[in-house]
Amino acid sequence: MSSNSTLSCKDLYLKIGNKVLCDNLSLQIEPGQTWAVLGLNGAGKTTLLHALAGIRPANSGQIYLNEKNLTELARHEIATQIGLLLQTQQDPFPGKVIEHVLIGRHPYLKALQWESEADYQIAIDALMTVGLDGFENRDLQSLSGGEYQRMLIAMVLVQQPSIYLLDEPINHLDWQHQHQILGTLTSMTEQKACSLMMALHDVNLAARYCSHTLMMFDDGQIKSGRTADLLNTETLEELYHTPIVQIENEQGQMFSPS
Amino acid sequence: MSNAQGQQSNYAPNVVRQKAYLQLLLLLSIALISFIVALTSGSLSLSFSEVFSAISSDANPLHHQVVYELRLPRMVHAFTTGALLALAGALMQVLLRNPLADPYILGISGGSAVFALIAIALGVVGWMVSASAFFGALLAMFLVFGLARGQGSWTENRLLLTGVVLASGWGAIVSFVLTIAPQGKLRSLIFWLMGDLSFAENFWPSLITLAIGILICLYFARSLNVLSLGAMQAQSLGLNINRFRWQLYVIASLLTAMAIIQAGNIGFIGLIIPHLLRLMGLRDYRLLIPGAVLAGGSLLVFADTFARSAIEDTALPVGILTAAIGVPIFIFLLYRGVKSV
Repeated sequence: MSSNSTLSCKDLYLKIGNKVLCDNLSLQIEPGQTWAVLGLNGAGKTTLLHALAGIRPANSGQIYLNEKNLTELARHEIATQIGLLLQTQQDPFPGKVIEHVLIGRHPYLKALQWESEADYQIAIDALMTVGLDGFENRDLQSLSGGEYQRMLIAMVLVQQPSIYLLDEPINHLDWQHQHQILGTLTSMTEQKACSLMMALHDVNLAARYCSHTLMMFDDGQIKSGRTADLLNTETLEELYHTPIVQIENEQGQMFSPS
Repeated sequence: MSNAQGQQSNYAPNVVRQKAYLQLLLLLSIALISFIVALTSGSLSLSFSEVFSAISSDANPLHHQVVYELRLPRMVHAFTTGALLALAGALMQVLLRNPLADPYILGISGGSAVFALIAIALGVVGWMVSASAFFGALLAMFLVFGLARGQGSWTENRLLLTGVVLASGWGAIVSFVLTIAPQGKLRSLIFWLMGDLSFAENFWPSLITLAIGILICLYFARSLNVLSLGAMQAQSLGLNINRFRWQLYVIASLLTAMAIIQAGNIGFIGLIIPHLLRLMGLRDYRLLIPGAVLAGGSLLVFADTFARSAIEDTALPVGILTAAIGVPIFIFLLYRGVKSV
């Protein structure tokens, strides 16, 4: 695993149709940081993650992976550094869980090379990490929505990137697994000096797990910074166009639509 | 995470892979059996030892001629055609990410059929028909290639729609040619449309195409696994999908064109064989590709052998037999699959 990678963008401009999603965004994701991306539906969270992963061209501006322009790097080089969890993914020919998860090893294998024992162990460990131990031989079709989502997270873990870009990783997950997965991911980020950026819809999870937050407003404006500095009723009301109250309890503070 | 490292699991990758190799071995034996059946049966029934001595010497000129000049070439022909179609079908299904895709779906067969039929209707014979068909296949391929490309990037559905629409256009031209063709030519035209291995003359071009095709597909096999997860996922796993998809499209089209020019339109194999292997559990393309070659090839060898020997003095179109053999096998596997879930 290659750690200590830095992903940054400079003057990034993204739009879909006539809607400007972000204008002149400059940002640096350092090793050990965990970023939440917050915003309304259609604000551009997914598009930003795709652009940062290099699978969607930026309308203008540059993205750098360790000082190298992303567009100048080969796809397989990027794939060992950046892992992307997509919001939707379907396999028209679904197979076994282990087969699917092992595909995450693709960037590390040569054309005619088979997965080694070590690759299998990485896949089995990743399944265990997301609480799917014993699911290796299960058919994908037999998984529940939440189990499928965790299987996809396991696949990104198997890819062993140093930068994780996750689009709504806790989709379909129950409370137990939301906290288990986010807890695992954030402690891994600290221990292994990885970095993580994820689109979330739950402000309280962002507050609890993310060191940094990026807010994408309707008009293409962006606010980014330390989560503690950024999350307050004022900015959240502006972001979500909804009255928001702050509740204090023994866990700290929580936000809720009023 | 740290406490999960290195833990033991009941899952044994070696056992799973051994099972897959055994299945490939089974398919190889079926292919060998199909060769024996093809060489021994026909209007002149031969025993296995007679076939063997006919191949190794020409002590019995009649046997030597029947085996060496008729049955062996035709068997190789049937095998390569079936294998090419199964291979092309597997590629098309990944390229379009559609379980209903087959080698003909994008109109390659339509284009080649139009040009072959025009050649036959004009009274051209022999290799000129094949050349004309090959030209038609390439034309169809480049038409879809150019039109689907449009403003640069394309989706599976755009390619699929372009191909299907053009295929209907070719179909209309085929009907038109059949309507205006002279009566005397109709039978050979219809045989061409239903698939016919008796036109085949030289099997070397298709055998070489198949060999190269297998090597290329095996080289790409793991990338096929990746692409079947979708374009975005494949890209994020390091695949250069634009280049890879066009490579796949061209390879699948050329394999299909080769199969078509030697046997006309043989349906069913390209669609069903890849699914048959998936039902057997060989979903990984590194296993599915050799499996598809063996299963597709032997299915067509069996079908062709029965087609030429089932009814005395009558050669049935081979497409009837591929369906007659393939449908029950497929339904059996499908039913068994449903029960085991």
